[in-house]
Amino acid sequence: MVGIGVESMTSTELASQAAAGSRRSLARLLSLIQEGDTASIESVSGVENAATIGITGPPGVGKSCLTDCLASYWASQGQRVGVLCIDPSSPITGGSLLGDRMRMEQSGSNDLIYIRSVATRTSFGSLPLRLMAMISALSLAGMERILVETVGVGQTEIGIVSMTDTVLLVDGPDRGDIVQAEKAGLLELADVVAVNKGDLDGAENAAANIRSGLALGNSESIPVLVVSALEKTGIDELVQALEEVQLRPSVEVVRWRHRLTSAILDQVVSDSSFDSTVTSLAEGKITLEQAINMIFQR
Amino acid sequence: MDPLRIVVAKPGLDGHDRGAKVVARALRDAGHEVIYTGLRRTPEEIVRIIEDEDASVLGLSSLSGAHGFLFPRVCDLLRSAGLDDVVVFGGGIIPQSDRLELYEAGVRAIFGPGTTTDDFIQFLVEVVERRSSNQPVGVGSSDGWHWS
Ligand SMILES: Nc1nc2c(ncn2[C@@H]2O[C@H](COP(=O)(O)OP(=O)(O)OP(=O)(O)O)[C@@H](O)[C@H]2O)c(=O)[nH]1
Ligand SMILES: [Mg+2]
Repeated sequence: MVGIGVESMTSTELASQAAAGSRRSLARLLSLIQEGDTASIESVSGVENAATIGITGPPGVGKSCLTDCLASYWASQGQRVGVLCIDPSSPITGGSLLGDRMRMEQSGSNDLIYIRSVATRTSFGSLPLRLMAMISALSLAGMERILVETVGVGQTEIGIVSMTDTVLLVDGPDRGDIVQAEKAGLLELADVVAVNKGDLDGAENAAANIRSGLALGNSESIPVLVVSALEKTGIDELVQALEEVQLRPSVEVVRWRHRLTSAILDQVVSDSSFDSTVTSLAEGKITLEQAINMIFQR
Repeated sequence: MDPLRIVVAKPGLDGHDRGAKVVARALRDAGHEVIYTGLRRTPEEIVRIIEDEDASVLGLSSLSGAHGFLFPRVCDLLRSAGLDDVVVFGGGIIPQSDRLELYEAGVRAIFGPGTTTDDFIQFLVEVVERRSSNQPVGVGSSDGWHWS
């Protein structure tokens, strides 16, 4: 049964093989979904999504190492875990260097864990198009937890809030990047904050700063934890905090606004006429206003 | 050329991945999606990564001299996992005298230290052409074609 001709399988066959545990079928289905194949997207629609956690924060703070720790933790409890590691594509060449799984040494060979690197491709934000459908495909394949790693601090973070149930914001000691998030009022959208590299000086200090920032913004109930992905300290506490996250009505409105916006965007961009409209624009053949009319008044 | 999903892996025990990273960047700059695995992956782990990432090309880098064992091992595992269409190339320090054996094992190109980005691009162009005209090129085909 191993990997027999996924090339010639229909998306319905791929979906049912993926649901039966075939990693190869899941892998191909995810590719087709990302390419915008309508039948594949439909094959996962209506699936009830697994609990999804977005893991975000500035570059290099240890998001991948921490994702590795979390995935291994849940796998050690017998749960199946799907991981999506998102990295940007060059808007000019389309190329992308996907290096997150390099840090996922514990998870890499665990049968309960499925890791997939995803480039943002033609999406202009920090999230790829059709991310929601990819999450559904992982859920269909029996993943009980889904972790989505994205780089970002500031405006781009809002996207991940819309795609996942829970957001973990990761920062490092004395980076101060998270102050950006605070300025933009985005820190409150995080459900849990982890200051990683707790083995280094300054982590406790950074956590204290974040806590006082949160207290000013009237959201002191957001837990701020110091962890170390390197020494694997604070992981149990982090898991507990993530599992205890409560739904916040104020965040739900933000979440659904962005969920709806990105669903509309996915649909518009997936239409076969979209690319030719962009080309016409770039060649100066039509105006932006004409393009908008073409898209919405088909 | 449409972007390919390419895994760049470093099997074996040596701890130098400068060369592999240079290759990964060159392929990215040529417009491909490059998944870099990091150091010291076992052949089993590499095959698992290819499968999960739905990659169609695999670049293996080795400086340890263990390529004679590791590259054929990876090729064997790819075939037994049914990943016959994957195209494998090698890089690193691989003496001329070792190459024929690797080609026979299913490696389709070997790039030495002086390789330029253009060489990689030309190889990939050829791979895509062969694929679209149904000529054998994957690790599972036994006709022994290799790029030179
Ligand atoms: N001292 C220390 N270093 C860590 C810790 N966690 C991660 N690192 C190191 O930090 C660097 C970046 O780790 P990653 O996990 O790749 O960070 P990231 O946030 O995923 O990075 P990007 O995806 O590139 O934004 C690596 O060199 C890690 O070894 C930690 O807890 N303590
Ligand atoms: Mg990362």
